[in-house]
Amino acid sequence: MSDQDRKKFVITRFDPDRDDEPRKQTYEVPVEPYWKVLDALNFIKDEIDPTLSHRWSCRMAVCGSCGMLVNGKPSLTCKDALSDYGDTIEVEPLSNFPVIRDLVIDLDGFMEKLHGVRPWIIRAKQRAAEEGTYRQSPEELEQFRQFSMCINCMLCYAACPVVANEPAFIGPAAIALGHRYNLDSRDEGNAERNGIFRGEGTVFSCSYANECSEVCPKHVDPAAAVNQAKINAVIDWAASFVVPRGGGE
Amino acid sequence: MQRLAARTRYGLSEVIRHDVVIVGGGAAGLRAAIAAVEASPNISVAMVSKVYPMRSHTVSAEGGAAAVAREDDSFEMHGYDTVKGSDFLGDQDVIQYFVEEAPKELTLMDHWGCPWSRNEDGSVATRAFGGMSTKRTWYAADKVGFHMLHTLFQHSMRFDRIVRYDEQFVTKLLVDGGAIRGVVALDVREGVVRTILGRAVILATGGAGKIFPFTTNGNIKTGDGMSLAYREGVALKDMEFVQYHPTGLPGTGILITEATRGEGGYVVNSDGERFLVTRDYGVGTKAELGPRDMISRAIVMEIEAGRGFKGPYGEYVHLDLTHLGEQKISTRLPMVRELAKTYIGVDPVVQPIPIRPVVHYMMGGVDTDIDGATVIPGLYAAGEVACVSLNGANRLGSNSLTECLVFGARAGTKAVEFAAGSNDGSEAVLRRMGEEEAARIEALRGKKKGGEKLARIRRELNQTMESGCGVYREQASMDETVRSVARLKGRYADLALEDTSSVFNTELVVALELGNMLDVAEALAVSAAHRKESRGAHTRKDFQTRDDQNYLYHTICHFDPAGPRLGKKAVTLGTWEPEERKY
Repeated sequence: MSDQDRKKFVITRFDPDRDDEPRKQTYEVPVEPYWKVLDALNFIKDEIDPTLSHRWSCRMAVCGSCGMLVNGKPSLTCKDALSDYGDTIEVEPLSNFPVIRDLVIDLDGFMEKLHGVRPWIIRAKQRAAEEGTYRQSPEELEQFRQFSMCINCMLCYAACPVVANEPAFIGPAAIALGHRYNLDSRDEGNAERNGIFRGEGTVFSCSYANECSEVCPKHVDPAAAVNQAKINAVIDWAASFVVPRGGGE
Repeated sequence: MQRLAARTRYGLSEVIRHDVVIVGGGAAGLRAAIAAVEASPNISVAMVSKVYPMRSHTVSAEGGAAAVAREDDSFEMHGYDTVKGSDFLGDQDVIQYFVEEAPKELTLMDHWGCPWSRNEDGSVATRAFGGMSTKRTWYAADKVGFHMLHTLFQHSMRFDRIVRYDEQFVTKLLVDGGAIRGVVALDVREGVVRTILGRAVILATGGAGKIFPFTTNGNIKTGDGMSLAYREGVALKDMEFVQYHPTGLPGTGILITEATRGEGGYVVNSDGERFLVTRDYGVGTKAELGPRDMISRAIVMEIEAGRGFKGPYGEYVHLDLTHLGEQKISTRLPMVRELAKTYIGVDPVVQPIPIRPVVHYMMGGVDTDIDGATVIPGLYAAGEVACVSLNGANRLGSNSLTECLVFGARAGTKAVEFAAGSNDGSEAVLRRMGEEEAARIEALRGKKKGGEKLARIRRELNQTMESGCGVYREQASMDETVRSVARLKGRYADLALEDTSSVFNTELVVALELGNMLDVAEALAVSAAHRKESRGAHTRKDFQTRDDQNYLYHTICHFDPAGPRLGKKAVTLGTWEPEERKY
């Protein structure tokens, strides 16, 4: 195999059973032209070092498992082509998360944050199946569709400077998903979620750095969601002094 | 939920109790969990999944979910299409129940927030799909599995009584005193083995595409639930029927949805010919909208006749969408465009997409009745892991997402009913069984004795499954695959592992998964080698026609340490008598 077919991978390793601190380990991998970063990690796992731990599944950029830092940038490793990188590639776990082992981060904090925005349809009265589907125009769908595309890959949390300083910050993906339900014509939970958004460590903590939208592999634009959610939370709060507020819009 | 013991590392296991334990957090598992907590105000459900639920493979489904929605459609039409698609091996009572429940389930998905694509008047839009006689496939662009999974998962979060055990890998079902009692699960993250007891258990672990080398399936699809049930004496049914999806990307096997053809795409050979129109492959005027088994065979025939394209990852044909235009492709098929650009460097707006048939779906699975019940009292299965006999010998595209909902809901409800009338069994016995399983896992972790490499056994398994149980099959190669799988099972006992860590030891998980894959492969190959006819996706070069006289039955495969035992189960006919399957 010729030299240009090999790349060097510098990978962060950490096993709490034996390491006090993360360490770097270097692997040389014979790479194929069409490979993504993940293909190289899988090659290392299968052929060189079976102790390497990383998460992956769909390898088509939809399950959200394989987010890592590649050369310092949050990346969905099944989507990013090796050909976009040089001969030496550094792979680390996503920043701003506790590391469980090697490239595996702890997601439980996010799961709680997601739960915290009430990411489900809230109605004063649940509709019965017999009543059929809601009418929702293509324009109404378009209001929230983009924000429903989040695959929970956590790249935005790794990129967010606010999360870095304030780990309790509810963060871009959770806000985008809460906001997604606020914009859904089938939902009546605005007042409840806006109350949550006015609390500490949510939308008003955002410094609008826009890093989240830049790294999002699904073009969800969480920064736009956070900004809209801020405005809506304020309007909702102001309106509460003027008119009694019922359900949704 | 009560905790009955303090947590310890491998060896001694923590014991937890819920009413119903669900294994798997994809569409079927989540739907079952929601149905269970809705069925009874007091019941607590454990959802045990080896991945966080939103990573489940439902996420990769693209094209849509079928249910009668239009004036020009009927349950009879959906039923007949499904029966015919199944090559008359589907059970007609199951199919009737399915088509009648389907609209309600997809309506509930709407109520729970699924972003269904819409018509101008605000009603839900439907699209054409293979083998379906009218537009009855509901869709959310071409990310239907993704949206359904996230809708179900987020909706499930409102129920505190659904207690999640994320990244906990179930390695054993606890059966004692003639009934299911719970499961044993390895907490991958903490290295703890837990005994999770419940009066009913629902398997919803999905398929087993990873036993093949070239598949649309994600890395997690290793047939875990099939193996768990098989090992406890439940039969695997109709395992020989493996669906090849006609349109996967060469190299990766990434799925390009059938909705591409539903929206009007063409399949074209290297002569620029739409061979599904110009040649007789049995699809009649349906052309590109024929069923998957027939189109996959047609593509293989074209390639064998020298009318394929040659590429770095083997031969392929073209899926041409260029005539659909950018507007339609971007709104109806945005994911296809993204996938083709990212994974094969082709923009379908201007270039045809290289495609070839790829292993996609297991029609077979854990033998259940119409309630999702297995022969073990209290043990249920739903979704791809199960064989409720909806799909027979060939599944129609867009029936499986709906299947997860219809039969997930039914299993959830039935499990709650069962749990109410059952008892807890002997905790001392179950605790001991949990400890034995923990010891088995502990013995495997970092096991040094042995000379076999994990990745090598898996690669050889993949190769033999493809060579013996591919699109076209014949006796000699299937028999060889049966022998190879048996040899690989022997070699598996001689595995050598390197990772001794207790924390997120994915080598250990992969080793356990490989054991499951070998079980499923064994049942599949043995079932395939015995069926001397061509029916649906089981296509033989040496027996080219369907033989209702001798083979109109479900294949039943039982685990036996001496080698699998085969049996038969009657097909439930009804309105439609078997007839020649021609479109």
